[in-house]
Amino acid sequence: MAKITFITKDQESIVVEGTAGSVMELAVQNNVKGIDGDCGGVCSCATCHVQVDPASADKLGEASEIEQDMLELDDDANEYSRLCCQLQVTEALDGVVLNVVK
Amino acid sequence: MDNNKCCVIIGGSHGGVNVAFSLRKEGWEGKIVVVDKDPNLPYQRPPLSKTYLTVKDESGYIPLKGEQAYTNEGIELLLGQEVTKVDKSTQSVELNDGTVISYDFLVLATGASPIIPPIKGIDKAKHLFVMRNIQDVKGIQAALESGVQKVAIVGGGYIGLETAASLRKLGLEVIVFEREQQLLPKVKANVLSEFLLELHQNNGVQIELQSSVSEIKNECQIQTIITSEGKAFECDMIIMGVGVYVNQTISNQLELDYNNGITVNAYCQTSAENIYAVGDCNTHYNAIYDQSIRLESVQNAVDQAKIVAKSITGTSEEYNSLPWFWSDQYDVKLQIAGLTIDADNHIIRKEDEKKWSIWFFKGDQIRSVYAINNAKAYVVGMKLIQQNAKLDKEKLVDLNEKLSPKTLLIQNEINV
Ligand SMILES: Cc1cc2nc3c(=O)[nH]c(=O)nc-3n(C[C@H](O)[C@H](O)[C@H](O)COP(=O)(O)OP(=O)(O)OC[C@H]3O[C@@H](n4cnc5c(N)ncnc54)[C@H](O)[C@@H]3O)c2cc1C
Ligand code: FES
Repeated sequence: MAKITFITKDQESIVVEGTAGSVMELAVQNNVKGIDGDCGGVCSCATCHVQVDPASADKLGEASEIEQDMLELDDDANEYSRLCCQLQVTEALDGVVLNVVK
Repeated sequence: MDNNKCCVIIGGSHGGVNVAFSLRKEGWEGKIVVVDKDPNLPYQRPPLSKTYLTVKDESGYIPLKGEQAYTNEGIELLLGQEVTKVDKSTQSVELNDGTVISYDFLVLATGASPIIPPIKGIDKAKHLFVMRNIQDVKGIQAALESGVQKVAIVGGGYIGLETAASLRKLGLEVIVFEREQQLLPKVKANVLSEFLLELHQNNGVQIELQSSVSEIKNECQIQTIITSEGKAFECDMIIMGVGVYVNQTISNQLELDYNNGITVNAYCQTSAENIYAVGDCNTHYNAIYDQSIRLESVQNAVDQAKIVAKSITGTSEEYNSLPWFWSDQYDVKLQIAGLTIDADNHIIRKEDEKKWSIWFFKGDQIRSVYAINNAKAYVVGMKLIQQNAKLDKEKLVDLNEKLSPKTLLIQNEINV
């Protein structure tokens, strides 16, 4: 079980719990605004862009090459940017805080 | 905003669901009713041919939105119900159970339906399927459980090929029939067709090109596909992937203009003022390519949905998105930026055997990029096409040059 906090663009904080699947799916299930997941989670649309709160950045591994390349589609991307369909919900993510970009 | 008004959306898939949520985002306070004959909570359609076939339980289906989201946003979902009649004069739709709902705005998000060609013997075909919704996938899975081993796929387009890849993953024997002389016959570069041909053959798929299926025979428990070239192939199951058509029942009842799809203007508005059409079911003008087109893609459905919501709520914006698309087959990820409809030449940039890209031009102007395991090429392509850029082709094929908009632009074009 991992507790994940999403902070939307209008500063709404949504705390959700998940055990499996991708963070994008968890966000969609819980109606987190700004995470659309248009490609269904195959790293093809960049509509699941989040920025990890620097304080919890160490909970995530490295983004793959394709994820890094896809992030360049978004001019708002920075070093904390991730496509959350590429993040699997595991215990390791417990406590992570993600800022929704759109 | 007038909250006594009602917007009825026919079709609750990528197009319809996104219209509903976008309406709320744009401040629409009236009623929103989404009707879909599919009984499942609206779900992502592209994985049907990719991952859904290989997952056993329903948790593998990805919903477009969580169930609660509809309640939270006050969106009424009528699932498993079909709109059977529409009346423009009374501004109302009738469902199969007789319910009548009045609308102020009507959105047609009815998509497209798979073509089932009138092949001799098709009415007696066994385990015959199309690939459009979850029921199709469940039907195929049930047939596989019953012992089907050899699957014939008719059509070598994206859906046929993705389905072939998924079924190979499950260990089935697969044969694909394509009428034209190459796979993906609509793609303007046969290097891609050849690459996919080899990919599928290496993964054990039998591919029959220039083979149109002329008859399906069922004799003595054996099903045989006969091609017009006179060859015969046994199979237990047949999946049709020969394209889709737009159902005209509703648009005819509404007397809407139609041209291969429901004709809409730049605001996705049909020839009737308070009726809109989004996604696979409409034919619209694309300004980037200066042509009227009908697209079958998630991007098109989602982006048009936002345009419709804006138009209904009075902040009109013209639809002017660059089309994009993707396909996943085995470990190959194909990403497509733009359209090739007005391209007259192309060049290939090859990082290695597995990672490469095709760049389509009209003269020197970049029009489309097909990126194979190369997200970078896709992203750079998207940006350059949006800029209407002319590219330095020598630099593009030179692997010492980085793939970036800056290096690829013809120097004197920068800042123009
Ligand atoms: C197997 C498959 C793979 C695909 N892969 C990709 C891909 O990789 N990338 C991509 O971009 N696109 C892909 N697509 C295309 C994409 O799914 C479609 O473009 C998209 O679904 C179009 O959305 P839509 O809402 O316009 O229409 P649809 O998704 O077709 O939805 C129309 C809905 O309307 C309902 N409906 C129709 N008539 C009525 C009625 N009278 N009453 C009630 N309900 C009605 C239908 O039940 C249906 O749910 C794929 C499609 C398929 C089938
Ligand atoms: S959902 Fe499309 S890139 Fe993440």
